[in-house]
Amino acid sequence: MLTMKRKTIWYFLNVTAIVTVMCTIFSSCSTVKEYQKNKLNDAEMVLGNRKVEKTELSFQSYREGSSGANSGKSGGGCGCN
Amino acid sequence: MKRIFLSALGMFALLNSYSQQTDSSGFKSRKLKLEEVNLVSSYYSQDGNNSAVTGGIGTEKLNDIANVLDVKLVCYDKKFRKHSFDVEVGIDHYTSASSDRIDLKANSSASHSDNRIYPSLNWSVENEKKGTSFGAGLSASSEFDYKSFGANISFSKKTKNKNGEFTAKFQAFLDQVSLVMPVELRTGTQHHDDDYPTTARNTFAGSLSYSQIINERLQVMFLADIVQQQGYLSLPFHRVYFNDATVHQENLPDSRLKIPLGFRANYFLGDKIIIKAYYRFYTDNWGLVSHTANIELPVKITAFISVSPFYRYYQQTAIDYFAAYQKHNAAEQFYTSNYDLSRFNSNFFGAGLRFAPPKGVLHIQRFNAFELRYGHYTKNIGMNSDIISLNLKFK
Repeated sequence: MLTMKRKTIWYFLNVTAIVTVMCTIFSSCSTVKEYQKNKLNDAEMVLGNRKVEKTELSFQSYREGSSGANSGKSGGGCGCN
Repeated sequence: MKRIFLSALGMFALLNSYSQQTDSSGFKSRKLKLEEVNLVSSYYSQDGNNSAVTGGIGTEKLNDIANVLDVKLVCYDKKFRKHSFDVEVGIDHYTSASSDRIDLKANSSASHSDNRIYPSLNWSVENEKKGTSFGAGLSASSEFDYKSFGANISFSKKTKNKNGEFTAKFQAFLDQVSLVMPVELRTGTQHHDDDYPTTARNTFAGSLSYSQIINERLQVMFLADIVQQQGYLSLPFHRVYFNDATVHQENLPDSRLKIPLGFRANYFLGDKIIIKAYYRFYTDNWGLVSHTANIELPVKITAFISVSPFYRYYQQTAIDYFAAYQKHNAAEQFYTSNYDLSRFNSNFFGAGLRFAPPKGVLHIQRFNAFELRYGHYTKNIGMNSDIISLNLKFK
């Protein structure tokens, strides 16, 4: 019962945090033209995972109980060692 | 490693000579052209004393050498839509001390040292005018006691001003687990050679993401997955010792629903520093809740060299079915002593070095970038690991 209450509070806090962050962020959005994107197009600014991180993301999903929400693979392979 | 490197160079040279005949500046070639080749090599080493093979006690020593060759090809069709083909082949070679304990009578079991091969093929078509893209892919993974076949489809749509992008992806993995039991639990009729019976484990995952450019320096991304797993979700050679000193095979429910939610933000601070932040909340119906926070700070030493220190903090609660060595009892329906599913927190830190000079690495024009990354990982339950990865990019 206590665990359920804790979980509900966590969900609530997370949803509230996400909504707050989204509102703050989107209210400050401005249209950025292609010629203004030189910093955003920098190789280090990529929002996804880089190739060099491939193996470390695999071992993290094997050695930890959670995975996903990182634009990567969500299954397959076993990591059974 | 050497063979893969030479293969990559050979393939690159062949395709490059072909693409040079067909490409012309300012014209979108309809013939297949080599976009880039990546070779990623990693060495991973871990140690600890909570192996699930021996019921939550015993060595977790493991070494893994991974090599992945990734080739990306592009072409344009009659309607000037961009088609991308991504062909990837990965080979892992690992040695595992705990796998050696599946069969206690032998000095080495079949998976004491093993190879895993994982090819994949992905195709996507992008309509640059409309800002839409559609993709599909196939993947496979094979090792001694586990086979996996995967398929995926995805769709992306950019906003009108091209500052936002919505992506939806669906993935399915149809796996087969070989039922390799601990030796003392095998019955007389069970196999002792490589011909083990198998059982299914299926994973279906839906992913939604939305990325948004906020201004000239900041972009963010929201990620949400829903993952349903069904079938045999235990591992047959994981031992569980009950409080009456009897030994059993791990037994977990045959269904698991996972919900991870993620957020990324990248900010270009000044002219030399980038702040990359990531947070993930995860929950599942086995009772596991986790939080992951990651920060990376690439610093541009020059326009072509950057150093990226990073730190990742992770914490999770235990699943409802976890208990330590000899803590489970016979009244329980589900049980495991796998410490990867126990309560713990972990720290992962290290740094990366990226070198991408305009004239190419070592003045080889096509050798576009060199990236080296090292990380040290520690769990507060006594497990440590180190990983070093190298990415060579040819363009």
